[in-house]
Order: sequence, then C-alpha cells, then structure tokens
Amino acid sequence: MSAIATELAKLKAKKQLAFIPFITAGDPDLETTVSAITTLVDQGANLIEIGFPFSDPVADGPIIQASYTRALEKGIKILDIFTRVQELTSRPDFHTPLVGMVSYSLIFRYGVAEFTFAAKSAGFAGLIVPDLPPEEADELSQATQSAELDLILLVTPTTTLERAKKIASLSRGFLYCVSIVGITGTQSAQQQSLQQYLERIRTVTDLPLCVGFGISQPEHIQRLQGLAEGAIVGSSLVRCLHEKGIEGLKQQAQKLAQATLPTQG
Amino acid sequence: MAILTENLPDSRGRFGRFGGRFVPETLMFALEQLTAAYLEAKSDPTFQKEFRQIMADYVGRPSRLYYAKRLTEHVGGAQIYFKREDLNHTGAHKINNAIGQALLTKRMGKTNIIAETGAGQHGVASATAGALLNLPCRVYMGSEDIRRQELNVFRMKAMGTQVVPVESGSKTLRDAVNEAMREWMATVENTHYIIGSVIGPHPFPMIVRDFQSVIGEETIAQSFEQFGTLPNVVVACVGGGSNAAGMFYPFIPYSEVELVGVEAGGRSCESGEHASTLSYGQPGVLHGTFSYVLQDHDGQTSPVHSVSAGLDYPGVGPEHAYWKEIQRVRYTSVGDRDALEGFALCSRLEGILPALETAHGIVETVRIAAKRPKHERVVLCFSGRGDKDCAEIARLLKL
Repeated sequence: MSAIATELAKLKAKKQLAFIPFITAGDPDLETTVSAITTLVDQGANLIEIGFPFSDPVADGPIIQASYTRALEKGIKILDIFTRVQELTSRPDFHTPLVGMVSYSLIFRYGVAEFTFAAKSAGFAGLIVPDLPPEEADELSQATQSAELDLILLVTPTTTLERAKKIASLSRGFLYCVSIVGITGTQSAQQQSLQQYLERIRTVTDLPLCVGFGISQPEHIQRLQGLAEGAIVGSSLVRCLHEKGIEGLKQQAQKLAQATLPTQG
Repeated sequence: MAILTENLPDSRGRFGRFGGRFVPETLMFALEQLTAAYLEAKSDPTFQKEFRQIMADYVGRPSRLYYAKRLTEHVGGAQIYFKREDLNHTGAHKINNAIGQALLTKRMGKTNIIAETGAGQHGVASATAGALLNLPCRVYMGSEDIRRQELNVFRMKAMGTQVVPVESGSKTLRDAVNEAMREWMATVENTHYIIGSVIGPHPFPMIVRDFQSVIGEETIAQSFEQFGTLPNVVVACVGGGSNAAGMFYPFIPYSEVELVGVEAGGRSCESGEHASTLSYGQPGVLHGTFSYVLQDHDGQTSPVHSVSAGLDYPGVGPEHAYWKEIQRVRYTSVGDRDALEGFALCSRLEGILPALETAHGIVETVRIAAKRPKHERVVLCFSGRGDKDCAEIARLLKL
C-alpha cells in the first residue's frame, strides 16, 4: 500500500478524518514553505498538499492564484521546489506524505516521465492534477504508476457516475471530491446535497474520499464526519499564512485539526 | 490531391495530436453538453437558416471581395484582393462567431452570456449579440486593456454589457480568459461562455472555426464569380487565429491554393518581445487545449508583445498547430514597425484604415504579391477596421 493509502487506512480505523492542508510552494519564499509544512505537521496534518505555482491556473480561486503570482514574482522554479522538498523529506523524523498539486501545463513542459520521476525522487507521495480529465490522463497514469506515485484525480457534483467510475479507476491513494460547482475558496456546499453526492460516488469506488473546495472552517470539517475520509483546506490557510504568518497559520491549523477528531457519543 | 481534414476534430477534439480538453472536471459536463447541442444545431436547417438570416440582415453579409487596384499597381506584381470583414457590423469578423454562439446559448436554454476580450473587439461583438438576442452579458477584460481601449469599453457599456476588470496576473487577455473560465465554472448552469477565438478546450476551436467559415466559403464563391477561378494565395493574420481559421478551413481541400498565416513579430524574436507562437513557440498546454504556446523553461506562460492588442496572445488555436505540422499552411511573422507601415500604405493608397492586426497581413500580402506574376491573385482576409487603433497609431507615428 502507498504511504497515502496507509495513512488514510490508519485514520479510518480510528474513525478520524484526515486533515489535509494545502499551501503554495514559495509564498512568500521556500524557507517559509518549509516552516509552514513542519508547523502543519506539528498541528496534526496527516497529508499535506503543496501547490506548484502556475501563471495561468483556472481551477484555483483568487486567493490561491494571488499566492502563485507572489511566488512567481520572486522567480520560483520547479527545480527549487523539488530540491527543498527533498531536503525536508529526507529528514529521519519526517513521515507525513506530501502531495504535489500541479497543473498539467507544467508537467507536460517538464516531460511527463521526467516530472513524475523528479517528484518521486524529491519524496512526494502523490500528484493532484486539477486540469487533467480522465480522457487525457493515460500517459500520466502510466508514468505515475511506474514511478510509484499516487495519481489523484478529481470528481465534482456534476460528474456522471460513468465518468466517476473512470476517474476513480485512474486514481490511487484517494479520490478528490470537489464539494461545490465552482472554484477554490468560495462558498460551502449544502449538507444534504453533499451527503447524497458522496454516497453516490461511494457506489463506484472503494477509494477513500477526501473533500475539498469550500472547506474553510472547523464546522465544514465536522460536517464531513461519517461521510468522507479526509478534509482538504486550501484558500483559508493560504490567506492565513499570507496575512498573519506562521503563527496565524499555526492557530488556524490547530482549530481545523481539532475538528477532524471523532465526535464523542 | 485533397487533404482530408474536413472530419477534424475527432471525437476527443483532436486535430492530429493537437487540441483536446485540459480543464477541471467541473467544466466537463458543460463541454459535453455544448458539444451535443452544437452538433445538433449544425445539422438543423432551422438553426442554420436563422444564423444566415442574421448574418445577412444585421451583420451585412456577404462581405465584399474587393480588388485593391492602387495597392496592386503600387506593388507591381500579383493582383491583391481584400475580403472585407471590416465592413461587417461592429467592424470586424468577430461578430460572426458572437452571433452564432449567442444563438446556441438560446438553443441550450441558457439565459446569460460571458466573454473575454483583449482589444475589445470580441467584447463588443458579444455585447452586440447580447443586446440583439436579449441575453444579459458580462465581459472580462484586463484592467490594463481597459485603460488602453476606452472606446470599446464605452461601446460595450452603451449596449448594456457589464465590463468586469481583471486585476490578476498580467492584467491582459490571457488573464481575462482565465477569469472568464473560472466564472463559467461557477455559473455554468445558466451561463454560456462565448470564447472569442479558435482556442480553449474542445468543442470551442471547432465551433468558432465553423461560425467563421462563412468568410472562406464566401471568398471561394466570389472568386469564381469575379475571376472565374480560385486565388493563388490566401493570407490572414493569426493571434488566437479565428479569422484565419474561418478563411482557411474551406480552402484546405484545394491544395493548389497557398495559405499563409501572419503572426505578430513585435519588436524582435527575443522572448517577451513578440507574439509569434507558431514561429517561435513549442507544443504545450494553455487555456484547456494542447497547441503551440509561448512558455519559459518551467512551463510558465511568457509575456508577449505586439503593437496590435488583438494578436497579443501567448497561445494559438490547435488546428493551426495541426496545419503547421502537416505543412498545409505556412506561418510567418511581421514586426510592429512593418505593420505600422502597412497601415499607412493601405490607408493612403486605398482609403481604407485597417486594424493593426490586419496591417500585419497587408505587409505579408504585399511581399507575396511583389514576387508573383501579374495574372496571379492574392486574397487577404481584411479582418477589421482601424478606428479602434487610431489613437495608438497617432501616438506611435507622432501624427
């Protein structure tokens, strides 16, 4: 089993939701990114998503896009991200699986096989590619399998069951369930429709379901108890880090992590 | 031998290896819905009749195929003809696509339209279609472009369109495309996104090409009527590539007709100084399609420059990438300075002020005509009129 699958199975046994925070690599610099990662681990992050800054992100909302723009203005390069992540993941006491969130534009330019190999060497456990539908995913699916990286694709509330099945069959580790129709960092989903949506997806896959987009508050996470295996929080943490620094990130992560613990009674 | 490309794109939206769909899953439902609705409309005579009717009564089609006598005499070579898309209502070819997609919006039962715009021509065309067909319209436009294109911003607002400034990234066309796509993701149930060029995920490159193909179809018919045969060469400027795709597509099977696409050479061939995607770029993914792109080594989109805001785009339609690869179309580029001379030459000799995009095509047309015998004919897709560029040209030429 992959590091991601192992971690999620362990949490499921404890009836605990995985807390999966997202931060942007290089916002405002890679030193801060490394401190942010270790801070998030200390606060109970089970997996961490690392966003690779891209000049033209379409799936991301204004908060994450602004963080990409800040990082790119400082001249961040993909190679710098791999180098710093490798330093971090080779520490003997670092065990949290890291997942790269990367636009296919970047992966294609780097070379699909080369990128997956470099990501694996840097110590990433998986890749989320938000702009790659299953119809175009064959090459990356094969490359990630040979590199033993989990490829994590996304389903949304408008995805038909037939498509969801195809997407799940190409995904490893977990299935990323977008909770709203729209972009990151916007409104949250209605509880009833969320439940129906996740139950529907559950009929076509045994993969753990992690929910992202529209998750920013502890109460959003609590609502996922019993429905999903993990909660992905992006924009609100990126904003916290940008506005209040590591200390602000720490406080917010603590509150969110608390909400992933099983409720009593 | 005819080249068989009429059946492209294939069912995955591919033109050879180019095209496809590289978009968030959220958009897949809408793209499949749009594909189905479009294919149905395409084979529905009632829909086609309504489109042709508006093209005739409202847009003023067919646009003229005009013999540019003084320019021809000045050059002293092959005869130069202009396909006068500048005479369409709103002053450019963009209206053909905007009307077509607005009709499609109604057919799908959607109530709102959004669009992106760079120089403002597509924004104006969409605003026009929105007013005509009673579809509330929002246009996304980089704040930098809003500043540079005051006249078109006013035209859109006057027609009741809301112009939304885009402050992200480079604050220009490509950011407006990003923003419009994002907005579409959140409003897809009742909103159609009228993309302005043959770019973006399938089925957009096909839809835009088809609605613009009226240009090439008319040109073929008019050529036979006016001089009894096909032209020897057909030239069009290429930014995203919609006027060129509409002009070239019907000519593709006629392999005896040379097709030439003209990109913006800007100030030089250094990165960031031009917008010649097919000439200096490489294959990559941008705005949901796999085509040629201008990127840095890491895959980040490069800055682009052209004196013409309509050619200032770091990508190009995937079908152009395909035509380049199969060598059916030759792509070349013309720089800022030459384009300004082309503008001046055409204005003085023909009394027609071309858009700066079109001026790039004029320069290449003159170069080609000069090398060819007098009995041959070169047709330029005269994509738009120059009114929108006058303030900028006056500043640059110190008129």
